[in-house]
Amino acid sequence: MSIYEKPVLFAVAAAAVISVGTLVTTFIPLFMPSTQPVSPAIRPYNAVELEGRDIYIREGCNNCHTQTVRPLRTEVARYGEYSKPEEFAYDRPFLWGSRRTGPDLARVGGKYPDSWHYQHTADPQGMFEKSNMPPYAWLAGRRMDTSLTARKAAVLGYGYGADEVGRQVDAFRATVTAPGYPSAQARSRVTLESLRTEITEMDALVAYLQKMGRDLKEFRNKGMAMVQTAEAAEARNPYAGSEKAEEEGEAVFKANCRSCHGEKGKGGFGPSLEGKKWKYGGTDAALHATISGGRPGGMPAFEAQLGKDRIWKVITYLRTLGKR
Amino acid sequence: MTGNGQSHAIVKGFTFSAVFWLIVGLLVGLWLAAEMFYPALNIAPWLSFGRLRVVHTNGLVYGFALAGIFACSYYMLEKLTRTPLVFPRLAKAHLYLFNAAILLAALSLFAGLNTSREYSELEWPFDVVVVVVWVMFSINVLATLVKRREKEMYVSLWFLIAMVVTVAVVYILNNLAVPVSLFKSYSAYAGVNDANVQWWFGHNAVGSVLTFPILAMFYYFLPKSTGVPIYSHRLSIIAFWSVVFGYLWTGAHHLMFTPVPEWIQTVALAFSIFLIAPSWGSVINGYYTMNGNWEQVKNNYLTKFFLLGITFYGLQTIQGPTQALRSLTGLFHYTEWVVGHVHMGTMGWVTMIISASMYYMVVKLSGREIHSEKLAGVHFWLILVGQLMFTVTLWIAGIAQGAMWKATNADGSLAYTFLDSVAAMYPYWQIRFAGGVLYFLGILVFAYNLAMTARPKTAAV
Repeated sequence: MSIYEKPVLFAVAAAAVISVGTLVTTFIPLFMPSTQPVSPAIRPYNAVELEGRDIYIREGCNNCHTQTVRPLRTEVARYGEYSKPEEFAYDRPFLWGSRRTGPDLARVGGKYPDSWHYQHTADPQGMFEKSNMPPYAWLAGRRMDTSLTARKAAVLGYGYGADEVGRQVDAFRATVTAPGYPSAQARSRVTLESLRTEITEMDALVAYLQKMGRDLKEFRNKGMAMVQTAEAAEARNPYAGSEKAEEEGEAVFKANCRSCHGEKGKGGFGPSLEGKKWKYGGTDAALHATISGGRPGGMPAFEAQLGKDRIWKVITYLRTLGKR
Repeated sequence: MTGNGQSHAIVKGFTFSAVFWLIVGLLVGLWLAAEMFYPALNIAPWLSFGRLRVVHTNGLVYGFALAGIFACSYYMLEKLTRTPLVFPRLAKAHLYLFNAAILLAALSLFAGLNTSREYSELEWPFDVVVVVVWVMFSINVLATLVKRREKEMYVSLWFLIAMVVTVAVVYILNNLAVPVSLFKSYSAYAGVNDANVQWWFGHNAVGSVLTFPILAMFYYFLPKSTGVPIYSHRLSIIAFWSVVFGYLWTGAHHLMFTPVPEWIQTVALAFSIFLIAPSWGSVINGYYTMNGNWEQVKNNYLTKFFLLGITFYGLQTIQGPTQALRSLTGLFHYTEWVVGHVHMGTMGWVTMIISASMYYMVVKLSGREIHSEKLAGVHFWLILVGQLMFTVTLWIAGIAQGAMWKATNADGSLAYTFLDSVAAMYPYWQIRFAGGVLYFLGILVFAYNLAMTARPKTAAV
């Protein structure tokens, strides 16, 4: 009798055939520690980041944003260091995504100040005309729900209990509602008035965005000083005064700098660039170092994105600001 | 005639449930396609892209395709075993529970209750219902097979058995989670493992829901509607066992260049290339069946659906492994290319075969001719042209987008910001939307033609 005359035997045979690939590629790797290594450099999410992550999941952000930087040259240049397995040890579920309608977010933590995120999340088209991201201003009109946070942390095994959740939440509230909070202005602009002394879902989401990739970055920073290109430190702008460079620099400025420093450098989240006061030095070399390597408090590094040449052209353009 | 009034009503019930969910799912799809270039359509949280995309994918895969599969499975099961369904009342309960579950599941996704894991976003209470639905279906399939009067099982029944078993295994293992409340749970797996398990599921959901049962339909309804037997039984045997064996190894080709261990990626890639052979075994079997009968493409209104359908299956199974190659995935992955790829399979292969199978069944069950062969032709051309406009546009868009991400200047710096690559997509998104509209019109013609064919005889003029 052939197997094609025995349905139950056939079902058992089919189950056996599908289990081979399953065992080798999926089941066995679950029990190999090398599949999901852990590192002391990576810490679990705190209570607020955890709630922010659940809002990210609820809103389906993973449908448009990935969270893995691939080890490809241009990808590392665009987003930063490629993703390591250790970084995902606390991710249940994983949120790598499969489509980049928006950019990858694995390294977004610490790249921009909180104020950037408040404004951008509330009104993406206000910051980038051609962006097609949905506006999420309404998140700043909803109080963060903490009723399940302690249970969540327990299920996820993050190693802190209800008391610690309460402390973390209180500390976070104190930080974002303090008058001296550096992003206070942007926060209160988007936040519903009655919730300005509370934690909103927007606050939690921003906290989560700021955590992404940050542990690895901080770990690296302990070993390395900020990148200061020695080459640039002695250099002078080869395009100084060139009108063609000034035009090109203006285009680069509009695409990369305007969202923070405002139209024609009149200021935004980032300081105004019109005056003659430069916080980190106004020489060609100092400006080049600031733009290429970034500065603490919100200035991202642009070396990989722009390259040396275009940074010089932006500087050429910067020199013209406030003069016309 | 085997079967009885009860099972006929169930087959028709699932058929028109499928058509209903197809129209709903496509409307959601059109809304999403418009949001891509007109973000002001994100007018409420439940209509925002992130929530709506999940309603679209789940509604079409689990609402439309599964209902179509249940309809065709019950029909083929009775015919191929020459035995009525063993538990018709269970099948009826299956029909009602299925539709209630899809409705509630869709509402839960609108509300933002989701696990984020692609193609298995439903929260745990719905997973439990899905398992119950699946058990109800499986009991009828296996019991009817055991009681069958036809000694040997035809190839379509093999694919049905493979589907019943594979869906059960991948669905349950992938959805293991720890609940924190009624509508919130966390995956049982962490990080890299979660990704690996999830895409093992994701790929095999495509295999066991959008491939095995559709091949079962192809192997049954092509010979039935043309009167020509399948070219080679031996080729079906080889194609069946190798496709069922090979599929389960390939999930990680969705995760190339991620932190998933490199050996798993490479094994997945190798098996993906291997799968071209059995996939094309079925394609060639279909083509050779029509050898000497090609005039039917013109004369028989159903034949062109089956042949174009299997052709898109063939193209899909070449494109899939190709785009997984490391050098190509570096360019294509995360771009619109992949969206184009998925839609060739679903709009070209799956819907072509399911809609032709439904024409055949409804004609047989209502005991009359199709309402209009001409409208079936209009339906065919609209979904063909709509699909091609949609997919080809997105392939070109994907290449453009991938190239912009990779472009560098002479000094090695990036040539474009991310936003440049978004701005460049707008014309493509608009053309894609137009293709989607054509496709949707074709489906409306299909729904009308099918409903008119099925209407009660007394109503006929």
